[in-house]
Amino acid sequence: MEHINWTGFKGTTWKENIDVRDFIQSNYKEYTGDYSFLAKATDRTKALMKKLQALFAIERQFGGVLDIDTSTVSTLTAFAPGYLDKENELIVGLQTNRPLKRGVNPFGGMRMVKQACEAYGYKLSSKVQEEFRFRTTHNEGVYRTYTDEMRDARKCHVITGLPDAYGRGRIIGDYRRVALYGVDKLIEEKKKDKKTLAYDVLNSDNIKLTEELYQQIAFLGSLKEMAEMYGFDISQPASNAKEAIQWTYFAYLGAIKEQNGAAMSLGRVSTFFDIYIERDIENGILDETGAQELIDDFVMKLRMARHLRTPEYNELFGGDPMWITEAVGGMGEDGRTLVTKSSYRVLNTLYTLGSSPEPNLTVLWSNRLPHNFKKFCAKVSADTDSIQYENDEVMRPIYGDDYAIACCVSAMRVGKQMQFFGARCNLAKLLLIAINGGYDADSGMHIGPQYEPMTVDKLDYDAVMERYDVYIKWLSELYVKTMNVIHYMHDKYAYEKIQMALHDTSVERFMAFGIAGLSVVADSLSAIKYANVKPITNEDGFVVGFDTKGDFPKYGNDDDRVDTIAKEMTHKVITELRKTPAYRDAIHTLSVLTITSNVMYGKNTGATPDGREAGMPFAPGANPMHNREENGALASLNSVAKLSYDDCRDGISNTFSITPQALGRTEDERIDNLVSILDGYFAKKAHHININVLNRETLMKAYEDPESYPNLTIRVSGYAVNFNKLSREQQREVISRTFHEAL
Amino acid sequence: MIKGYVHSIQTLGTLDGPGVRFVVFTQGCNLRCSCCHNPDTWNYNDRTQFAPEEIVKRVKRYKEYFGDEGGITFSGGEPLLQADFVYETFRLCHLEGINTCLDTSGSVLNDSVVKLLGETDVVLLDVKYTSDDLYKKHVGCDMDRVLRFLDVLQERNIKTIIRQVVIPTVNDYEENFLKLKELVDRYTVVQKVELLPFKNICTTKYDMLNIDFPFRDIPLPKESDMQKYQNMVKNTLPK
Repeated sequence: MEHINWTGFKGTTWKENIDVRDFIQSNYKEYTGDYSFLAKATDRTKALMKKLQALFAIERQFGGVLDIDTSTVSTLTAFAPGYLDKENELIVGLQTNRPLKRGVNPFGGMRMVKQACEAYGYKLSSKVQEEFRFRTTHNEGVYRTYTDEMRDARKCHVITGLPDAYGRGRIIGDYRRVALYGVDKLIEEKKKDKKTLAYDVLNSDNIKLTEELYQQIAFLGSLKEMAEMYGFDISQPASNAKEAIQWTYFAYLGAIKEQNGAAMSLGRVSTFFDIYIERDIENGILDETGAQELIDDFVMKLRMARHLRTPEYNELFGGDPMWITEAVGGMGEDGRTLVTKSSYRVLNTLYTLGSSPEPNLTVLWSNRLPHNFKKFCAKVSADTDSIQYENDEVMRPIYGDDYAIACCVSAMRVGKQMQFFGARCNLAKLLLIAINGGYDADSGMHIGPQYEPMTVDKLDYDAVMERYDVYIKWLSELYVKTMNVIHYMHDKYAYEKIQMALHDTSVERFMAFGIAGLSVVADSLSAIKYANVKPITNEDGFVVGFDTKGDFPKYGNDDDRVDTIAKEMTHKVITELRKTPAYRDAIHTLSVLTITSNVMYGKNTGATPDGREAGMPFAPGANPMHNREENGALASLNSVAKLSYDDCRDGISNTFSITPQALGRTEDERIDNLVSILDGYFAKKAHHININVLNRETLMKAYEDPESYPNLTIRVSGYAVNFNKLSREQQREVISRTFHEAL
Repeated sequence: MIKGYVHSIQTLGTLDGPGVRFVVFTQGCNLRCSCCHNPDTWNYNDRTQFAPEEIVKRVKRYKEYFGDEGGITFSGGEPLLQADFVYETFRLCHLEGINTCLDTSGSVLNDSVVKLLGETDVVLLDVKYTSDDLYKKHVGCDMDRVLRFLDVLQERNIKTIIRQVVIPTVNDYEENFLKLKELVDRYTVVQKVELLPFKNICTTKYDMLNIDFPFRDIPLPKESDMQKYQNMVKNTLPK
């Protein structure tokens, strides 16, 4: 089939099948030049952005939420069209009828919605509650099924943040398909799949899938309706760059209207857009300024995306994030770089529109990226602290060259793989529970296998490890089973219809588990092995603290004695998790990522043998504990790089803060040195790094005087936040982290 | 086997030589400069001893970060006081293809030092003052020694970066910068001159060590002045 809107595009496979990757590979133009071609923001863009900044300011003054529509359940077509500035917008579409106004989405759970409304001074309308009286939410389904042990694990915080009361997210629809093929073609293909499925065995899996296909097809219809409300017919392929961006955005908008998922990532769109932009430029209907305007408008829309969340949720995932992650750059399997001019254009929005945490711009780094592009990225990092880097060289061999990142560090092939998000378990608390023989001193609960507490004069490493292994085994099985319940119910009651409609019907699934407190555990075990750790007991005979004497190797100093402990720990956990089958034959994966929950995890965890006091925050993600590094920044990077991506396929997050002075004397030196650091770190097969180039004093000033720093953006753990949107506690923790400084 | 006294190791150095560098601070110094910011490296004492092989084993772990320009830097203290140890380390580094750099006062010159220079790719030479009086007063050696060291660098054609700390009220006078430029122009091995602003954050180190810091009350140089001085010493000769 040859569509008129495809005129000028090469290739054949993508025309016959849904294959966006083949379209990209057949048509994109790599760009290896520097950033001098980029255009600045136009007056139109500036005026629009000014309007938006004013709304952001009011939103801040209102305590973080501008407005809530408490009586309309968010669906694709529930709200009348909304605009920021109808006459001047190039890309249109809002989640509700007004900018920054939030809708309610009770499909994940009613309680969360009610609490969120109340937290911001609203009351959920009784109409909505009435509507859901005879409907089961995902949350209700889960709680009908949870065992006592699952509830206990949750209650004592050894497993937390589970998506059992909110949308799971971390699914990336291939939003590009709407632009390339138009919705009618996608519906036609899904109908074909549904028909084919009827010839297969009609077991429960296939019946479930058939019903899902029905829902997918119905929602693709709703998506067309939604676009029609804005005056667009998206049944056919996009005919130019503006339409390609608009169609893609409508698809994404449909997803975030339908789903209040934790992370609603975008995928990998900039090089796809570039093909349309290049065609328009060749045809003389677009110039560089116009191209940048389209990208600017699109990104502005992404910066306006909002979900309604509770304060408890913010404690886990601070800063009101949506994780609109866009993967930029990377290399193709044929050796050409996937960097195009639009890779630059999307990063350029951090200048044209100012720095911002969203979209979550993620550069897929390879040592083979064009040197000019590496330098531009380093410059943007140094100027804006708004981008993160992930290792294309470790991911491409597994996921091919059309994968994207969900949330912070979760790689998946776009439109072909999805994941069941699983938050994380608290390994440090588990160690304390093990030492106490199945007693959690923080909550006073007995949980897991029951033994005598290890009340000895000196903890013996082998004895502790033997005991710990029993608990890792126990928790792993419980964790997988808990996740199976959650995702069964999510599929049943809050299935992602639009996002899954933008996947192949036969999709590969991951089940993504996570761990928190890795560096605390590594250092604690190292202390037990190399120093003298005496447990301190209370009157009931339970261990409530430790007396640690002597020095011991600490993770973050490139010291194999302790780094190996950390590495083996991840291997042990994923190996145990794999022993319990996952729902829908999902592949077990593991992440070392905390987002901002390292503060909350620390708060709920007693003193640990490494000397960390009760209640003190953990280090985020895979970071070494604060201020335990003695050999400088590269030693710390090397320690993290030793964790194996094979064991942690869902990502290993590292956040790196360095002062500008420590990177070099001049801007050129700083850029070159940052490129060298990134090249070196990724050559060590490390997976991820957030880069912040700033002084602690800046953060301290922003802490004292938030009004003067309304747009201060920093990278935390796998994402970026507006510093002012963090809680005071989270802000203090960020300030207390290691900053690599010049001597 | 030769061993060296090492004060500390900084795996990410970006200020002590070209590119990203692994910096070894040696222990022990023959000078007592009034402006010294590492008084904790003066005395030889029971600091950690390292064999050259141990240093090389560690630096190798960072090779991937060095890019085209980076490598290892020996600073101090005064690395020339342990020239045999540094020589052996540099020799082994060169076998690994690692660029070598020496950060020195240039106040020691003997056969071992000359041999060390044979394995040195870049020298960061501190020319603290341009007058012999100031050298005697604030460093405790003749300026001539440093000039003789520079002559050797010129003879052996070793890439050199001249560094000077700008200390307000002590060496921030115009003649100093003119003389510095004149000096630099005479040596074709000099790649550039780096003027570094005087800092007093080391005051706490002095207090902890119970040593008097003679420059305690000296004001910090202004950013705009630094720029002005840097322009004055910019080397103009084609190299």
